Amino acid sequence: MFYQFGKKENIRDRMFMILTLLCTFIPLVVAAGFFILLGGNSVEAFRTFGFKFILSTQWDPVQQLYGALPAITGTLVTTVIAVGIAAPLGFITALFLVNAPKWLGYPLSQALDLLAAIPSIIYGMWGLFVLAPVMQDYIQPFLADTLYLGKVPFFGEDYNGFGFLTAGLILALMILPYICAVMRDVFRMTPAPLQEAAYGIGCTSWEVASHIILRYGIRGIFGAVFIGLGRALGETMAVLFVIGGIAELPTSLFGSGTTIAATLANNFNEADGLLRSVLFALGLILMLLSLSVQAVAQLYLKNMDRKRGEK
Amino acid sequence: MLKQTLAVLAGALALSVSAADLTINGVGASFPAPVYRVWTYGFSNVNKDVRVNYQPLGSGAGINQIKSATANFGGTDKPLKIDELNKSGLLQFPMLSGGVVLIYNLPGVKTNQLKLDQAVLADIFLGKIKNWSDPRIAALNPGLRLPKLKITVVHRTDSSGTTYIFTDYLAKISKEWADKVGAGSDVKWPAGIGGSKNPGVCNMVRKSRGAIGYTEYTFATEYKLPVASLKNKDGKFVTADSEAFSAAAAHADWKADQGFYQMLTDQPGADSWPIVGVTYILIHRDQKNADAARAMLKYFNWCFTSGRASAAKMHYVPMPENVVKMIGDYWKNEITVNGQKNAL
Repeated sequence: MFYQFGKKENIRDRMFMILTLLCTFIPLVVAAGFFILLGGNSVEAFRTFGFKFILSTQWDPVQQLYGALPAITGTLVTTVIAVGIAAPLGFITALFLVNAPKWLGYPLSQALDLLAAIPSIIYGMWGLFVLAPVMQDYIQPFLADTLYLGKVPFFGEDYNGFGFLTAGLILALMILPYICAVMRDVFRMTPAPLQEAAYGIGCTSWEVASHIILRYGIRGIFGAVFIGLGRALGETMAVLFVIGGIAELPTSLFGSGTTIAATLANNFNEADGLLRSVLFALGLILMLLSLSVQAVAQLYLKNMDRKRGEK
Repeated sequence: MLKQTLAVLAGALALSVSAADLTINGVGASFPAPVYRVWTYGFSNVNKDVRVNYQPLGSGAGINQIKSATANFGGTDKPLKIDELNKSGLLQFPMLSGGVVLIYNLPGVKTNQLKLDQAVLADIFLGKIKNWSDPRIAALNPGLRLPKLKITVVHRTDSSGTTYIFTDYLAKISKEWADKVGAGSDVKWPAGIGGSKNPGVCNMVRKSRGAIGYTEYTFATEYKLPVASLKNKDGKFVTADSEAFSAAAAHADWKADQGFYQMLTDQPGADSWPIVGVTYILIHRDQKNADAARAMLKYFNWCFTSGRASAAKMHYVPMPENVVKMIGDYWKNEITVNGQKNAL
């Protein structure tokens, strides 16, 4: 046993320890179970297509040819757009909330927390009914025609309101409260004497923010970004409604595509035989993606600690 | 607190058991789902002892779940061939037919104003005609002011019986479609974007100017979307309505020994709507529970008789009387209960 009990100690303590021990192992068992299930069921897909499955762009249900690359790139593109928008926005918002007077900061903070409680399907519906027409009528014409970004290959001239940019915007809104809430709490932990000292030697607000608060809270800031990243990778319903649902590689920001989660949600009900196995394989890839995000995050943070001489 | 909750739960459970003695579970096609919903409600109002549930998860799900025996009946828009029926020990009969229509979002163009023929329709979905101002569309629609707007094709992104009916039609009218894409519940679409289920497609068409998509007719009326006129096999332009759907179904030659297998796309007749689909029910040939089987057949029979009016009101075409009689004989001759013939 990990802990030596004295003779007089109650049997209840011992039982409590066993209970906590068992509970602690549940996540491990569940995670391992997921990998075994996904791995076992995706064997058929990998046996049929080999590991080229991951790099193949074909998706032809009539010929039973499937490849994962469009869904993988779609997932990464929407996630990058979402984090690219939400991270700086969350940083600025959090900075303001920490320094704002209480009568303003408190209600704003509450509103932010409320945003986090909105179910993703609501974001999806809002995206379809409100954001998509606004994108088609105002934002995309402005970007493509007024700013001539349509001539830039990355944006694309064709737009219809749906696609990666719309999906990325919705995802950004969804992960913003998570990123912002964590950052806010990190900023609050910056010791007041440190900030006051900085002001004392004549730093401007921006200098305090960038040299003191940002430096002090960098760990938490990256933690916040990775929480958002993890959420954006696996988000399903909000993306499903506006991504455009086609199994093709992204051609432009206004173009349509699909994500792993959206592909799974669309096809699982009806899936049979090989397609079912293909979907399990996609699920496995998504799990591995999330896991690698976690691993990279942990490694990065450890590295940073070492550089700063904390450990 | 917990005890109270449990007691309430147990009470609710007991109540629900006593309210309906038998539950019949069906899973399948979403194409007929609107009328099935009305039917199950109407049937349970007059038959309090039987409760029928229908989950519109899609034709593929209907076939899967009846094969794995997790449902009492399955619904499918993609009929199974007789070999597959026999192999899985299933019986198949038609329930309804209905039309698949083209819906669009073009400012200033109302329902039935847009006319499309076979070649133009196929080329739009092949992605070869990209703009509404294309001269080939204008040639079919003299006098109609068509906007200079990019065409956005909207198709189903999930596997669907409606897609099967629609692509079966495209493969019949266009050799290029048949060679390049083919017919199936889900295909490799050469153009456009995808929406989930019929409501997803309708919403995307409604929200995106320049969009064209296909859906079951009831959804088009429910979402108040304009519907295109199509040129049929006889070379006549027809508008989508129940008469045009019935006209297409009138040419069908139903055969019980083939599991009533039938594709009603591209049928002859001057009034025939070109894209009509039949939706089928799948049941096990050998029923395990005589009471459940009896209740289920009673429900289907109710649908064929008392349910006709509500089906017609929702623009579906009920099965003709002679076909309903054939289906009755089919049940009598084929269904067994635990191996026993004539047990029902």
